[in-house]
Amino acid sequence: MTSKIAMRILTAIVALIFLVSWITRSGSGMSDSAFTNVRDGFLITFAVFLTLSIFSFLYRDNPFYKFAESLYVGISAGYWMSYGFWSTIVGNFVPRASRSLSEFFHVPYQERADHILIYIPIIFGLILLTRLLPKIGWLSRWSLAFIIGATAGLNLTRYLRSDFISQVSNSFIPLFVDWKGAGDFVSHISLAADGQFIAILSNWVIFVGVMCGLVYFFFSKEHKGAFGVASRIGIWILMITFGASFGYTVMGRISLLVGRITFLFGDWLNIL
Amino acid sequence: MTFHDKLLALDRRWVFLVLAIFVILPILPFVKFSVPVTPVKEVREIYDFIEGLKPGDYILLSLDYDPGSMAELHPVAYAMLEQCYAKKLKVITLTLSATGAQMVEEIVRDVADSCKIYHGFKPERGIDYVYLGYKPYPGIIILGMGMNFRIPFPQDYYGTTLDSIPMMRGIKNYDNVKAVINLSAGNVSDMWVADGNARYGVKLALAMTGVMAADYYPYYQSKQVFGIIGGMKGAAEYEKLCKNPGSATDAMKAQVFAHVVIIIFIIIGNLAYFLGRRKTAQTQESE
Repeated sequence: MTSKIAMRILTAIVALIFLVSWITRSGSGMSDSAFTNVRDGFLITFAVFLTLSIFSFLYRDNPFYKFAESLYVGISAGYWMSYGFWSTIVGNFVPRASRSLSEFFHVPYQERADHILIYIPIIFGLILLTRLLPKIGWLSRWSLAFIIGATAGLNLTRYLRSDFISQVSNSFIPLFVDWKGAGDFVSHISLAADGQFIAILSNWVIFVGVMCGLVYFFFSKEHKGAFGVASRIGIWILMITFGASFGYTVMGRISLLVGRITFLFGDWLNIL
Repeated sequence: MTFHDKLLALDRRWVFLVLAIFVILPILPFVKFSVPVTPVKEVREIYDFIEGLKPGDYILLSLDYDPGSMAELHPVAYAMLEQCYAKKLKVITLTLSATGAQMVEEIVRDVADSCKIYHGFKPERGIDYVYLGYKPYPGIIILGMGMNFRIPFPQDYYGTTLDSIPMMRGIKNYDNVKAVINLSAGNVSDMWVADGNARYGVKLALAMTGVMAADYYPYYQSKQVFGIIGGMKGAAEYEKLCKNPGSATDAMKAQVFAHVVIIIFIIIGNLAYFLGRRKTAQTQESE
């Protein structure tokens, strides 16, 4: 009972703050049109409400957070669906399918001889929807088979090229860059980023890192002796990689926080 | 309860509060200090590449992120687009993120408007830049554009057919653009590398959120991409190169404070953990 009263009081306070913010923001609008100022005031206030509702989860789960989360999921799904319709069905299919439909949707009709081909994906798309009808639901397997087969085939060739062949071939790097003998190397040694010493060091790090990383994942031989040492170096390389990734993740998350705080203090409170 | 027991039992909401204070504090107007920003090679290479292009050269900017990643990628988008406009390049923009369509349109329009103030001319839609809009299924779209931009994008965002846009006449596919710069907050970058670069050999550079950056450096080392702008730090570096300090440069102050706080918390947490472990070991020994 007490928590219900507390929730009502909290909701009333939030509503009051929302109203005051809306009125204040509408009054300080930049546009000559009163309607635009009132609308912008509402939009900024509502965005602030949603931001703070999401942040409130850090304290604990609550109805404001749940409302903001549900609103986000619902709007995203609806937006994506309607945008898909207008960009793909109206944008790609209608201009190629029918002159009268193009006129109806106000998109320019495109006359081309190969238009008949667009009916193949249309048919596949329609039979995918037969999953909704249990009696003929098996038809949808044809579409799924096409999607899985085409995706597997495309991914095999493209990732083989970009993530395997290119990566392997580019790992074959010279371990002694511009090598003209030890004397020349020692006399020209420098710590410049584009210098010979750093280039050689970088290539050795890559070479040792790749070899030791591979050794760590080689399980057909016991990790003992020199093999064990290489494996230990491999795990260190992996840990350093995860550390770099974690560092970037922290920076990314803080960036998002900074973005929202800048919005709250700048766009809403106008103190930045 | 000993001190380290208290530390280990600390409610994580205190950590959130301290972090929030140290992120808010440095961005307040009365806190005046700046963080030195030194552009790294992978960021500079993108800047130098664009600077090296001639007026009238075509460049494709694929802004594949949504409002959730604005804080990290907006600064790069604004700085890079302004650089391209100022260089009088022909800029083809598009997005492969559904919730980014209107946001990207706003960027393209905003930067064109600001060019009039800062550079004395306003790039014209259809002549200096084109915005193709959004289409779903990024991999298929990237492959389609490799054959002809008109396959996935018969019209631009505003419904104008590509053949009736002056800038797009004679522009067929990636062969006609000098490079593709992909600003991404998801796995679309993978598709640009696999479908754009590996399949069609398009010259590619990536700007991405901090979370993604470490995963894409192998592509830079293997020269599959010619530059990487990673997260807000990369954005600040790009702003510095463009001599156009903006929100990313300002945010570096908060980044420094936040990172120091996080490092201190990590040290305290580890200290408490090891002290606790030593105490447990001593207790077991005495028993």
